[in-house]
Amino acid sequence: MKQYLDLFISFFKIGTFTLGGGYVMIPLIEKEVVSKQKWINNDEFTEMLTLAQSAPGPIAINTAVFVGYKIKGTKGMIATVLGTVIPSFTIIMLVAIFFTGLENNPIVERIFCGIRPAVVALIAVPVVNMLKNNGFKIHVIAITAVSAISVWLLGISPVIVIMIAGLCAIIYNTFISKQC
Amino acid sequence: MLSIIIQLFITFFKIGLFGFGGGYAMLSMIQYEVVEAHKWLSVKEFTDIVAISQSTPGPIAINSATYIGYTATDGNIWGSVVATFAVCLPSIIIMLIICRFFLAFRKNKYLSAALSGMTPAAIGLIAAAALMLMNNNNFTDYKSVIICIISFVLAYFFKIGIVKIIFLAGIFGYILF
Repeated sequence: MKQYLDLFISFFKIGTFTLGGGYVMIPLIEKEVVSKQKWINNDEFTEMLTLAQSAPGPIAINTAVFVGYKIKGTKGMIATVLGTVIPSFTIIMLVAIFFTGLENNPIVERIFCGIRPAVVALIAVPVVNMLKNNGFKIHVIAITAVSAISVWLLGISPVIVIMIAGLCAIIYNTFISKQC
Repeated sequence: MLSIIIQLFITFFKIGLFGFGGGYAMLSMIQYEVVEAHKWLSVKEFTDIVAISQSTPGPIAINSATYIGYTATDGNIWGSVVATFAVCLPSIIIMLIICRFFLAFRKNKYLSAALSGMTPAAIGLIAAAALMLMNNNNFTDYKSVIICIISFVLAYFFKIGIVKIIFLAGIFGYILF
């Protein structure tokens, strides 16, 4: 029982103290899971990150499932996932309850008039960072541009875009570059 | 009410299932489903939720699911519970399968080929999320453009934290608008 509680508390901390989502959470997850609790070692952590980032869904949840399941099976997984979700869920519930009454308030509206353009900039920053991490390779930029335009201008569903990108890559690697 | 809850479940399950590339890439999916397809929120409301998600702890996908579940059902907590559960469920199923067949997955060449195409496409989805929010709901005049450029410079070149930028932008919004 204590181990379930430890798992829950560790991921509750991860869920409570990480602003800005997945990538920001990684150092804290490492500290809790590898350095402090020693549930997995460094190599396993790196492998887990690759998998958590390749699988769909929020990286924090993917990590929680992996660690919880590896240590204590399905029940451990439930403890870690709940630990990750409960802090954000509670905070957002409170915000939702209070904000829905406030959104037409003129002062709040003015504040959000300033915040909205900043949000656009903050979403654009990871795009540039990720392209930079890929060394601004021409084929990466091309795929990025095509998928952005498909969703933005052509109104194609992101689900379709992701599926076609995966499929094209398999076809390319199998028949053209023959890596498969 | 039940039909909205079922729709929330299906929509957020889909978002979780195809949400490759983490939170930001999922934003364009959430926007596509919630604003364009189901019209549960306006573009303005969606942007506000993104701002709130960015300034509160936790994954953006969870934050948006909880918030949209609440507002789409006119303030029913079960909407939040169902949407949040639905967005996590694909992660749980897929990660459990990966855990069981860890090695087979890591070495599968078709899977790594697919991922080599999906990763840049996911970057494109993040770009699309930013581009779709660049409209006259969120950009009322030149002041919005200036705030956007300054925020980008502060975040990209000066590595200023997200919460600080949102806080500053809020103050400027209050003064300028």
